[in-house]
Amino acid sequence: MLRLEKRPAPSRAWTAATPVLAVVLTMIAGGIMFALLGKNPFEAIRIIFWDPLFHESFAAYSRPQLLVKAGPLILIAIGLALGFRAGVWNIGAEGQYIMGAIAGASFGLAFYPSESPLIFPGMIIAGALGGWAWSMIPAILKTRFRTNEILVSLLLVYVAEKFLASAATGFLRNPEGHGFPGSRNLSRIESMNNPELISGTGMHWGIVAAFIAVITAYVLLNKHVLGYQIKLAGQAPRAARFAGVNPNRLIVLCLGMSGALAGLAGLFEVSGPAGQISIDFNVGYGFTAIIVAFLGRLHPIGILLAGLLMALTYIGGELAQLMLQIPAPAIQAFQGMLLFFLLAVDVLSTYRIRVKKEGVA
Amino acid sequence: MTGEPLLSINNITKAYPGVVANSDVSFQIQPGEVHALLGENGAGKSTLVKMIYGLVRPDSGSMTFRGAAYAPPEPRVARSTGVAMVFQHFSLFEALNVAENIALGMENPPPQRDLAKRIREVSEAYGLPLDPDRLVGDLSAGERQRVEIIRCLLQDPKLLIMDEPTSVLTPQEVEILFHTLRKLAAEGTSILYISHKLEEIRALCDEATILRLGKVVGKCTPRDTSAAEMAELMVGKSLATPARDNAELGEVILKVAGLSVEPSNPFGTPLRHVGIELRAGEVLGIGGVAGNGQDELLAALSGEVTTPPGTITLNKTPIGDKGPNERREMGILCAPEERLGHAAAPDMSLVENALLTARQRKNLADSGFVNWGATRAYAEKVIADFDVRTPGPDNVARSLSGGNLQKFVIGREILQDPTVLVVNQPTWGVDASAAADIRQAILDLAQKGAGVIVISQDLDELLEVSDNFAALNEGRLSNVRTTRDLTMETIGLMLGGAHDMHDLDEEAIHAEA
Amino acid sequence: MMGIDPITLIVALITVSTPVLLAAIGELVVEKTGVLNLGVEGMMITGAVMGFVVAVNTGSPTLGFLAGMASGMALSLIFGVLTQMLLSNQVATGLALTLFGLGLSALLGVGYPGSTPPPVSDPFPAAMAEIPVIGPILFGHSLIIYLSVLLVAAVWYVLGYTKVGLIIRAVGENHDAAHALGYKVIRIRLMAIMFGGACAGLGGAFLSVVRVQNWVDGMTAGAGWIALALVVFASWKPWRALLGAYLFGGVTALQLRLQAAGINIPVEILAMSPYVITIIVLVIMSSDKSRTALNAPAALGKVFHATG
Repeated sequence: MLRLEKRPAPSRAWTAATPVLAVVLTMIAGGIMFALLGKNPFEAIRIIFWDPLFHESFAAYSRPQLLVKAGPLILIAIGLALGFRAGVWNIGAEGQYIMGAIAGASFGLAFYPSESPLIFPGMIIAGALGGWAWSMIPAILKTRFRTNEILVSLLLVYVAEKFLASAATGFLRNPEGHGFPGSRNLSRIESMNNPELISGTGMHWGIVAAFIAVITAYVLLNKHVLGYQIKLAGQAPRAARFAGVNPNRLIVLCLGMSGALAGLAGLFEVSGPAGQISIDFNVGYGFTAIIVAFLGRLHPIGILLAGLLMALTYIGGELAQLMLQIPAPAIQAFQGMLLFFLLAVDVLSTYRIRVKKEGVA
Repeated sequence: MTGEPLLSINNITKAYPGVVANSDVSFQIQPGEVHALLGENGAGKSTLVKMIYGLVRPDSGSMTFRGAAYAPPEPRVARSTGVAMVFQHFSLFEALNVAENIALGMENPPPQRDLAKRIREVSEAYGLPLDPDRLVGDLSAGERQRVEIIRCLLQDPKLLIMDEPTSVLTPQEVEILFHTLRKLAAEGTSILYISHKLEEIRALCDEATILRLGKVVGKCTPRDTSAAEMAELMVGKSLATPARDNAELGEVILKVAGLSVEPSNPFGTPLRHVGIELRAGEVLGIGGVAGNGQDELLAALSGEVTTPPGTITLNKTPIGDKGPNERREMGILCAPEERLGHAAAPDMSLVENALLTARQRKNLADSGFVNWGATRAYAEKVIADFDVRTPGPDNVARSLSGGNLQKFVIGREILQDPTVLVVNQPTWGVDASAAADIRQAILDLAQKGAGVIVISQDLDELLEVSDNFAALNEGRLSNVRTTRDLTMETIGLMLGGAHDMHDLDEEAIHAEA
Repeated sequence: MMGIDPITLIVALITVSTPVLLAAIGELVVEKTGVLNLGVEGMMITGAVMGFVVAVNTGSPTLGFLAGMASGMALSLIFGVLTQMLLSNQVATGLALTLFGLGLSALLGVGYPGSTPPPVSDPFPAAMAEIPVIGPILFGHSLIIYLSVLLVAAVWYVLGYTKVGLIIRAVGENHDAAHALGYKVIRIRLMAIMFGGACAGLGGAFLSVVRVQNWVDGMTAGAGWIALALVVFASWKPWRALLGAYLFGGVTALQLRLQAAGINIPVEILAMSPYVITIIVLVIMSSDKSRTALNAPAALGKVFHATG
């Protein structure tokens, strides 16, 4: 019989190895899933993980997409990871992403057709504030009334989606759009465009922001007292209070940071790759970022790598859809599976598995 | 009473990775005998009784019960064979009532109404009155123990195991318990009594088996053996009693007046009008049975709970509204009871745990950025000065033994040179030699002029270290007495609380008002 | 109000509430054993697609309901193994279950939107349902609705008045003490988790086969999360979960009718109202300190690892 035995200290080797192991296991299980769908599993795995980067005819198109898709995932996941480390469960990043995008777009469109160079920076600030404000709802309800932030932040996603529908068909609708839902195309308005900074790389301001977030979070967690307090509050809440950490302040801070980063991600997306506010411009980055955060072990560098990997599965998934007619939702199931495997093998870093001798009868 | 033993333990061995909990342990318990299992923390007593109760299985060796082979695979089997156990950390459910708690420990509980009736009958027959409808969360520690004992007695056990039963009782409650146990033994029930308190064992037990580091190191008849002899067998060496030169008490440095705090959880104890005056160089002992407001008092002194400014003053500065870190800067340092999770973060290294409370006074951070070099140096200093046994400061707190972690926690505060140090249960679950070191460190600190408050449930400890003594009962603090004038009898009355000490309490409130 | 008939509204609210009620009563039992499964949404949507697919293909709604229950249970078992045996974090695992369930259901349901499920026969004769006022309210529903109310009663009775219920509450209150008394904490929790999965799956199947009679990607639209909120609203009491579910159903049914009636409130505001009201109710419940703290299982969400 197998039994688990707690390690005296978490194993560093396993902490680093488990994400890799999880990816390998997911590839195997995913392969089985693709086989059940009647596709060649090896080909499918190759198309998802290899071709987007190295296929001679697709790679030129899909390589820049890697950064485009990884940018928002990393940006959101960094914020979430700070909260998760502190035991603050913001799972409504999707809603904050939407609200950031709406706030930023509204700010820009309010000045249409001004060409002031201050408009885009203003939109960035408005986007961050929009996400921040939306995340303050669960934060205030949690600190004032001890309402569970998981449920509130999640339910607010649905509210944000309805609000998005109302914005796209109502106050942000393009007056020159012949009555179709959707705002003016921001990426075609000079003063509101989030352009590709280096041609052919997919690099835009959102990705710059993501890199800055990674570095800042790294410094914060490793060198700063606040990062220490975040970790302490997550691991031992009573000890944190003893160390003078105000739990309410930390809740507001963590939800606020993750909300602002999600809002930023939404703004950069709507003013760049997505281009406009439409009923369904959001594609679930806010939820996928949860997987990214865990896959990256809530560590900034890990999140950077995990974000790139997850972006790869998005692009590879689209490619697999095109070439093998693998249905689009298969990739979503594939990503969910990855998180399962990660959580399952995680046990190896804190516990040792021992084969138990049969007890004396 | 001669003839076949009730329970016979034969050459039992049980090993965990890195530690042999029991090695070749053998002893016998006769019917109607009160048998003591004596040993320090970590001697292997708990593992042994868990095997008798079916929670753990031995690696090798055997047991017989009334002559038949006995190897319970689970507690249910142990219970149906006639073995019952009262746990040290009670296996009770706070949100359930007494009758429900008792039903959970029975194989075939009768319907609630019949059970309630039987609980009343049995509890009165043994002098341990209990109301079956009360929520366990609302009971005192002593009453909770009664629930456990009644749960066992309703099963008509042949063998009753009691794991450190008196640690949560007042001296008077201990007398009641001993009376009950003697009555049970006279009726033919055997009792396996686990303790490290020698005088208790001498007063109660017929035979004793002494364990050290998992091995049986001696057997004796406690009535005929001196406490010193048993102590030497138990510890393996004689320990120096902590001592200091005569104390010169200085000015009042810490004053607490009219401190009332509402508890943060539904089963907590409110503090009511607590008043304390602590002088420089004084060790004030605060005794009391668990759950009478000790945690709340520590939280109010550490700043984890804030109160109106004037309720606590340090050197005449009101600080009741200040948080933990501001108080640390001003010189009040604390060491809470719960080492893992409160005083230290279990999964953080000792370096990170050094930062937990030493940041202000040791300047371990500069404009928010942690100076990890200085923090590591401080952790290393604590480890060296307090003889903390660990491979190094990068090991996580959880990996240290209770005694070593406690030395680290106490050392971390003492090396910051506090004006006032407040410790709660400084030697709880700590081996004897570490306990002696910790007590000596507390005395040395007072000798240097700091004021120390020691909150403890261990009366022997308080009598050993404190100059003055007060008792905490249901959130009220009695007035302060000089320790050397106290008898166990008086202490018992003080701990007993409001009813017995009505006059004293009135005085205390008026004195502080 | 124009065009809103109270009787049809009540009938509609009962139908609207039932999926959420089923999921909530299952989760209530799970949480009573001290486990927080945030995967309700994922189990519901998988139950919805499996129930629909099986009902359409076999022509039997009963088989559809069974398939919904089985698939919810299978998913919950993944959660159970991960959290109870591999000691993973319950919040993260529950989220993973939801994300996985949403993807899996979309995959399984490819090609099914627009299919027509077999009709579900009602247990009472049509004549009874035609009795004025009480007829449609009491006798005009499908069997699952009566079953859901019976389930509430059964859970109420078992939790409050039986030894099994006492053990469930004890495990959720203090798993270490329950273990010390010899109860199999992990086994009890696994069974509760599977019961919760079956309930959520059945709720999902009811949603697709009976209420909507269609399969749409993501059709649960947060119902699983609302079920989780209902458990808090109910302070872990079964009858209050029923009350909460019907209140929520009432709001949803009313806003749908208001939308249809073309009242002068933006559609989006109406559509967000069930979520907003759920949040408001959550706030009201959680601000009442003493009551929730006493009923909440003390070991909720904590990892149990027996040492020794």
